[in-house]
Amino acid sequence: MTSATETQTTPPPQTTTNVLRTDGSARWAALEEAVLPGIVGLLVAAIVGDFLILSFGQSPGTVYRLLFEGTWGNAYGFGQVLYKTTTLTFTGLAVAVGLRAGLFNIGAESQLAAGGFMAAVVGLALPPGLPSLLTLPVYLVAAALGGGIVGGIPGILKAKFGAHEVITTIMLNFIVLALLNYIVAEHLKVPGSLHTSEIHGGGLPRLSNYIGGFHGSAANVVIFIALAVALATGWFLFRTRRGFELRAVGLQPEAAEYGGVNVGSVWWRAMALSGAIAGLGGLNFVLGYKLYYEDAFASGAGFLGIAVAIVGRNHPLGVVLAALVFATISQGGLAVNAVVPKQMVDVLQAVVIIAVAASVPEVRRMLRRGAR
Amino acid sequence: MTGATSGAATSPAAIRLTDIHKSFGPVQANRGAALEVARGEIHALVGENGAGKSTLMRVLSGMYAPEQGRMEVEGRDVTGWSTADAIDAGVGMVHQHFMLVPTLTVAENVMLGRELTSGLQLDRTRAERDVTELSRTTGLAVHADRRVADLSVGEAQRVEILKTLYRGARMLILDEPTAVLSPPEIEELWQVLRGIRARGETIVLITHKLDEVMEISDTITVMRHGRTVDRLKTANTTPAEIAKAMVGRDVQLAMNYLAEDRGETQSEAQPTAAAVTGPLLDVHDLVVLDSRKLTAVNGVSFRVNAGEILGIAGVEGNGQTELLEALAGLRAARSGSVRLGKRELTTLDVKARGDAGLSHIPEDRHARGLILDYSIAENLILGQQHRFTRGVRIDQEHVAENAVRQIREFDIRPPDPRQAARALSGGNQQKIVIAREMSRAFQVLLAAQPTRGVDVGAIEFIHARLRDARDAGKAILLVSADLAEILALSDRVGVMYGGKLVAVLPRAQANEEILGPYMTGAATEPAA
Repeated sequence: MTSATETQTTPPPQTTTNVLRTDGSARWAALEEAVLPGIVGLLVAAIVGDFLILSFGQSPGTVYRLLFEGTWGNAYGFGQVLYKTTTLTFTGLAVAVGLRAGLFNIGAESQLAAGGFMAAVVGLALPPGLPSLLTLPVYLVAAALGGGIVGGIPGILKAKFGAHEVITTIMLNFIVLALLNYIVAEHLKVPGSLHTSEIHGGGLPRLSNYIGGFHGSAANVVIFIALAVALATGWFLFRTRRGFELRAVGLQPEAAEYGGVNVGSVWWRAMALSGAIAGLGGLNFVLGYKLYYEDAFASGAGFLGIAVAIVGRNHPLGVVLAALVFATISQGGLAVNAVVPKQMVDVLQAVVIIAVAASVPEVRRMLRRGAR
Repeated sequence: MTGATSGAATSPAAIRLTDIHKSFGPVQANRGAALEVARGEIHALVGENGAGKSTLMRVLSGMYAPEQGRMEVEGRDVTGWSTADAIDAGVGMVHQHFMLVPTLTVAENVMLGRELTSGLQLDRTRAERDVTELSRTTGLAVHADRRVADLSVGEAQRVEILKTLYRGARMLILDEPTAVLSPPEIEELWQVLRGIRARGETIVLITHKLDEVMEISDTITVMRHGRTVDRLKTANTTPAEIAKAMVGRDVQLAMNYLAEDRGETQSEAQPTAAAVTGPLLDVHDLVVLDSRKLTAVNGVSFRVNAGEILGIAGVEGNGQTELLEALAGLRAARSGSVRLGKRELTTLDVKARGDAGLSHIPEDRHARGLILDYSIAENLILGQQHRFTRGVRIDQEHVAENAVRQIREFDIRPPDPRQAARALSGGNQQKIVIAREMSRAFQVLLAAQPTRGVDVGAIEFIHARLRDARDAGKAILLVSADLAEILALSDRVGVMYGGKLVAVLPRAQANEEILGPYMTGAATEPAA
């Protein structure tokens, strides 16, 4: 077939067979786009932090050294950072999956709680002494199911009735958290506390079992589950047909519909998947740390997942890195509490979010154009 | 290169751009583009899709800053100015895609950004009076108090032009203004533009359509591959010469078909196998509602035979969009039936219809036909992602191999499968859609506005592909607002007006004079 518009100046078509596999420069550009805003955000936050610290009459050098020593500077602190990173990775991935489908899941908070609750209930019911090779899959399914149901309901409401997921997930946060509070307080609590009794079958090993330095920190093997879920999420989004369709719905629902995609069905599946990922995050506390479900065990981690997803640009790799950053800041707040108020760290967190939001490529392009 | 105009230098040119360079990442949209327009003339800027015309005009209107080159407006150096500077200096651009707020009225849209107030309140009465006055003096007929959402495309475009003039534009840039207009609306637009020229104002018209260039322009700049390659006086040139400059070689012009027909040349391509094989697409008494639940398609019946192109002409907004969406499975039919061969399609979804042998070039490539942030390779499998799946994975090798083949065969530029569709020119975007829809296994093709916003060379190519498909025994339903295209391709011609198919004529009995009254509703009796 000869092309009718062929001219002598037509550049020869590329003949590589592997055109989708990005070459070095393209991969670097993609990485830059995913990571650079986060770095910019951190730099801006550090500068703002200087002024804040000075305003409290402290030396920035001292405070940052304390912050570093309390987090990455010793094994215990680093263990705590890893523990917090784990939960934030799950909630960040959950929000990111929703956003990729064009859905804003504000409900990671209650999905996380529901996942942890389900794992604890199943754990209480399992007879002690079972090998963890057998119980782990059961826990995974339970946690994913708990979060998946809480996430799937707003998805179905949107697909069937057009109810906006922001409204329904916010309302479900209240309903689910209140319901769990009621169940625990009325039926499952150990007297004098707001948590269930301990799971006798035992939980998942802490990292301190393998590396002594982590002793006392809550870091546990669920972090490897988090990393595996991040990898699986990336594979699903960018390598599978359903991922292709999910992202298509998120970018242009009308074009996806034209492409034979059932938009409503993608909506509810994406919300259920998002909820399931958040639900898995409950394992970190329930199986990896305390071995029981405690009311409001992860307050804030679900909402912080929104910031993690945005700072991580909805990319699994970015989400993991962003989770690490937010976990560090949050743990660092405890370390510097003696010299400056802990709230300063909350301010820094907010600065990171604002700086990253302002350094996304679209905005950068506008700034560059204006500068010329 | 250019600037070979009368060097008398009496008064400075209204616009003079020299050696403009502008690139987007690896894509060099302008690399040595130039433009010189004298005051009070209508200047046509022509070139293939992707030649860099729109980019050059966006540079002129301050949306992009050039990386290199010099811009002068009325003798003043304005290189790299902002849109606000451009508006202040009287340079206004009317974009291909309208930039209006649908929920506001015409008057509100026109004054947006320059709101008239009395005290704290908007002075709507004065705005409406001003707009009506401007509408009267320019001949741009609009109703100042109507909501933009309720306007036809033609009216919306008049509002765009009014808005630009209202802001004091003395140099008007129009980006493919006729792409969405019916023949009578185009004629009206020419009247308006001539009126504006008569007032001494300057107009730059971006277009692909050479008949328009010949009719309306005084001078012409031709661009190819980001460079200005020629500058012509309209009176001293021919469409063939312009086309040659645009494409870099001789082309057969689509509009020649019209000329041939007028000259008694009979379209000899009669469907031969059709009578034997029977209808492939059979639509019976179809009723479809639009988004506002009003009847948009009102009892339409027709058949398209194998080896036949049925062209549907008509002014846009007469139910063509809803008809196509209902046929494609994107919109539920209220009643009636759609069959493909013996297969009942009416209750099937989009994917099942595709599997049954239906292919669809949608009318709006930006909303439906493409996912703009997906790569060329990904867009080339949209709707056929199942075919490219192994297990649950998309088969990357297969996708890549498909992309390389389609890019070569359809000359999609730039020929980089990883490039996002958003970065391509309109014509190349359309080639992605055409390539995808014509390379799948299909029996019936719905082709809606297949060459809208596409350059001469690509039109020729797309038309040839449609004829090839017809000759290969496919049934094609062609819906186009471009009557010349309908007449050039169709074996039978139908006209839609007010949601009904008001006429279906054999090609031999159809021409502009006969179809015109049907398109405007002046004639309504359905022909056989």
